[in-house]
Amino acid sequence: MTSGQAIRLVLKPAVFIAGLGPAGWLAWAIATGHLSPNPLSDLTNETGLWTLRFVCITLAVTPLRRLTGWNALIRFRRMVGLFAFFYGTLHFLTYVIADRFAGLDFPNGIVAWSTVGNLLVSIGDDIYKRPYITVGFTAFTCMVPLAATSTAGMIRRLGGRRWQALHRLIYGSAVAGVLHYWWLVKADLSSPQRYALIVGFLLLFRLLWARFRGAAPAAARSQALTGS
Amino acid sequence: MSPMLIKPAFDIRSSEITDKTLYVNRREFIRAMTATAAAGAGLLAGPGAVVEAAEPAPHGRKLDKLRKSPLSVTDEKPNSWEQITTYNNYYEFGIEKDSAAIYAHTLKTEPWKVVVEGECNKPASYTLEDILKGETLEERIYRLRCVERWSMVVPWVGFPLANFIKRCEPTSKAKFVEFHTLNDPAQMPGVRVPVLRWPYKEGLRMDEAMHPLTILAVGLYGEVMPKQDGAPIRVVVPWKYGFKSGKSIVRIRFVEQEPLNTWKLSAAQEYGFYSNVNPSRDHPRWSQATERRIGEFFMRKTLMFNGYGNQVASLYAGMDLQRNY
Repeated sequence: MTSGQAIRLVLKPAVFIAGLGPAGWLAWAIATGHLSPNPLSDLTNETGLWTLRFVCITLAVTPLRRLTGWNALIRFRRMVGLFAFFYGTLHFLTYVIADRFAGLDFPNGIVAWSTVGNLLVSIGDDIYKRPYITVGFTAFTCMVPLAATSTAGMIRRLGGRRWQALHRLIYGSAVAGVLHYWWLVKADLSSPQRYALIVGFLLLFRLLWARFRGAAPAAARSQALTGS
Repeated sequence: MSPMLIKPAFDIRSSEITDKTLYVNRREFIRAMTATAAAGAGLLAGPGAVVEAAEPAPHGRKLDKLRKSPLSVTDEKPNSWEQITTYNNYYEFGIEKDSAAIYAHTLKTEPWKVVVEGECNKPASYTLEDILKGETLEERIYRLRCVERWSMVVPWVGFPLANFIKRCEPTSKAKFVEFHTLNDPAQMPGVRVPVLRWPYKEGLRMDEAMHPLTILAVGLYGEVMPKQDGAPIRVVVPWKYGFKSGKSIVRIRFVEQEPLNTWKLSAAQEYGFYSNVNPSRDHPRWSQATERRIGEFFMRKTLMFNGYGNQVASLYAGMDLQRNY
């Protein structure tokens, strides 16, 4: 088996199954009553945390590849990024259903056009009024075009350079995601701080790497000039 | 056909082929970054908080001769023993909702003493037995509204705080009462972390403390108070957000000035001294208009003073409750 085959036939399916793990576990926990007495809150928290974790893993691909020289890592990036979007979508849907829909009035019954309108107003109002919701929604919105342009066809249509520029949106998503988490906790900031540190490091790495890479040819040139 | 030709080009873009001059720098770069990366990976794996259903509290000694109270809620079903003993905030044991259920077994509730001090004629260290002497325990089924937008109905067992306050004979200078929760790192893992300024302090205005709804609770569901719910003795003020009701009380202090309660100290723009349940006064970060009763899907409308307005609204006559939140 070539390394390409190993990736395609073994490693990719393994990563895929691992990525589904948290969702599978949550589904099992709901079905068997293994969540706390406030399962909707658990579901919100867990899907949010897993979104952030998958965003971090996605952001770690490039630094890891640079450090290890194992370029095949790039072949997992799309899948991990799509898992971030998957958990982000679950998180957003949980919010829409458990936090917004469940809090509505139903003057004309639940199945009514007014329910749809009230739900949209309730979501829009919350995004407008609550800064942690605003940044959370921003973080999620940033991921939508990335997921939509994740296919090979879209990469081709956009062209590599433009595609790459667009996909820098994940930096914004990551920062907004951490801010969302930071602003919603009550007193103990240690967990959002951990994520801020990780995201900060992963972004800083890119900055430093660009610098080093920029500096390298110059250093080589000056070496050539002095003849050493 | 063209996709076949083009596709490989995307697998390895020219920009991704490592520049040769880079090898020189890479070694240093790697050395500088590897340690940090390893730390980062550790951190990522670290907070893998897995939700686990904490075990409900073991059942304790039955409390005899309980009196029913006309102040109890009658039209709402109390939450279950399991819900009440596995889901609450008790930061002295950790910040998660199940922290107290998991860690509170280390709390030693016997013997227990409460120090009474400040502006009163009977300052002393009272044992729990002293405090309970002559009191008839009542069942008080109260709504409990957490500031985080969840609520429960809890069948407490206790007696009016007013009874005990009278025995302490506060002087005319006593305008407020302050309550301190136990702060013992040996028994409480949460206080080893400076998440809040320990010990946890709460306070009430004298008339609030003397109100017949305000109780010292020593039991739940007709049994001795489970450790995770504030054993052996705690305050319950049903018309205020849950955090106003201090748990595992070790000190009661009569004071002239409004005490600075712990959450106000932590974030004064979010948590005030009064902290009356008020659907029209939003928390700066979220609405307080609705709440989720534990066990329900659809949210309920939060009631002014948590539904105890008839009994307590007069305490705040003429006060601006938007400012005095």
